[in-house]
Amino acid sequence: MNAAVRILEQLGKLDRRLIYALVFLATAIPLILNIKLPMPVSPEVKSAFEAVDRLKPGDVILISTDYGPSSAPETQPMLEAILSHAFKKNVKVLLMTHWRFEGLIMGIEGIDKVAKKYHKEYGKDYLVLGYRPGGTAVMIGMAEDFRNIFSTDNAGKPLDSYPIYKEIAGDDGVLNYKDIDLLVGLEAGSIGNFWIMIVNARYKVPMIMGTTAVITPEFFAFYQSGQIEGLLGGLKGAADYETLLGVVGFASKGMVSQFSVHVLIILLILLGNLSDIARRFRG
Amino acid sequence: MMEILGIWIAAFLTLAILSFLFGDNPVYKFVEHIFVGSSAAFGVLVAFNQAVWPFLQEGLTTTDTFLKVTTYIAMFMGVLTLFRLEIMNFIAPNLTWISRFPIAFVTGVGTGIAIVTSIHGFIFPQTVATFLPLFENRASAVEIASNIILVIGVLSSLYYFYFSMEQKGVLKGITRTGMVIIMITFGAAFGYTVMARVSLLIGRIYFLISDWLHLVR
Repeated sequence: MNAAVRILEQLGKLDRRLIYALVFLATAIPLILNIKLPMPVSPEVKSAFEAVDRLKPGDVILISTDYGPSSAPETQPMLEAILSHAFKKNVKVLLMTHWRFEGLIMGIEGIDKVAKKYHKEYGKDYLVLGYRPGGTAVMIGMAEDFRNIFSTDNAGKPLDSYPIYKEIAGDDGVLNYKDIDLLVGLEAGSIGNFWIMIVNARYKVPMIMGTTAVITPEFFAFYQSGQIEGLLGGLKGAADYETLLGVVGFASKGMVSQFSVHVLIILLILLGNLSDIARRFRG
Repeated sequence: MMEILGIWIAAFLTLAILSFLFGDNPVYKFVEHIFVGSSAAFGVLVAFNQAVWPFLQEGLTTTDTFLKVTTYIAMFMGVLTLFRLEIMNFIAPNLTWISRFPIAFVTGVGTGIAIVTSIHGFIFPQTVATFLPLFENRASAVEIASNIILVIGVLSSLYYFYFSMEQKGVLKGITRTGMVIIMITFGAAFGYTVMARVSLLIGRIYFLISDWLHLVR
């Protein structure tokens, strides 16, 4: 009994570097061994998938990549999965960002990769509007005409010089929220709240959100109230979307590591508490 | 060749940042400074190319008088903001107050938009979403239970922040319920935060073992 208590007490004094090594192994081993686990799809991700799936060829989605490399492991797989789904359905894609400069890099990297895979042409099937600072002012300005804010695309050419613009804007030549069939906000900060509070509430644009896990809980309120049609929360949200799409991407692979690290954290918390109880027991 | 070089540089930078786990060291400091410097420089360039320059170009060459005038006003406000720069403390320290005008303008516009959008896009829809049927024939037991928890959660959490009356008896029970609901919310938020941080680690380790070491295909 005393020996067990002593061992438990010692385990509570684990060197932190050993814990780092254990976390590294718990992350790397499932990835290297390519372990697969069954993963039920969350209802909010299924709703998001269905919102994209309902779109018809020629419909338009506006994707806002409001995140940077620091949250890319969670949000970039969402972008790639949603783009794959949209391009598969021949939906037109407009891409923009409010997220300083990094959002643009992530967005262009993702859309170029997926467009190449589905043989989509820039200016005809998709357009990168670019980055504009101003957040809410940008959103309100776009309501009248996107050209108020984005007079040119990211490459510096006038928006109305592209065939995709003429096709979407139609006879009146004005592109605004009325032409958008679904807005996809990929968010790592507070911009997503404004998309919902301004563009959904005022202009009734249907939207889905893909958020980093840190901000996911606050977006559940918007999902529950019906303000957004679907929600992809963190790596799990991206993995669920990949599952619905029938692809095994980074998110699906990463979720096994996520599971093993969580098990390790739970064990370490239990061990820490047992060790503390043992220390008190010995007085 | 360039791609391989890029991967090796990224791997070095990743390992250098992770070396902080074993304590502060010169390699970590070096990489941290590279990150801060390159981010700032890149940010300034993109902001100028993507925002400042296109606006100026369009605003100053347009034939639309209104747009031209607003561009000049924006430029003037922009110049006033420069009085906030640290260097102005040495050049003209008694003129730094001028920068308060553009800041006041931005704050005023921001506050106006935030108040309206919060009420219209957040408070109203969220309040309406709590008007749920507590007992409905067609609803499943889980839905009814979920609705009841939601309504009780909202009311008790709101009451937790009501400080104008001594909370004892039944009222203390409501406060306690509110506190428990808030704690559960914090717990869920913390769980999601852990998941987010682990995801970032997975991203970096996947890069190291996949793109760099080619242990994963």
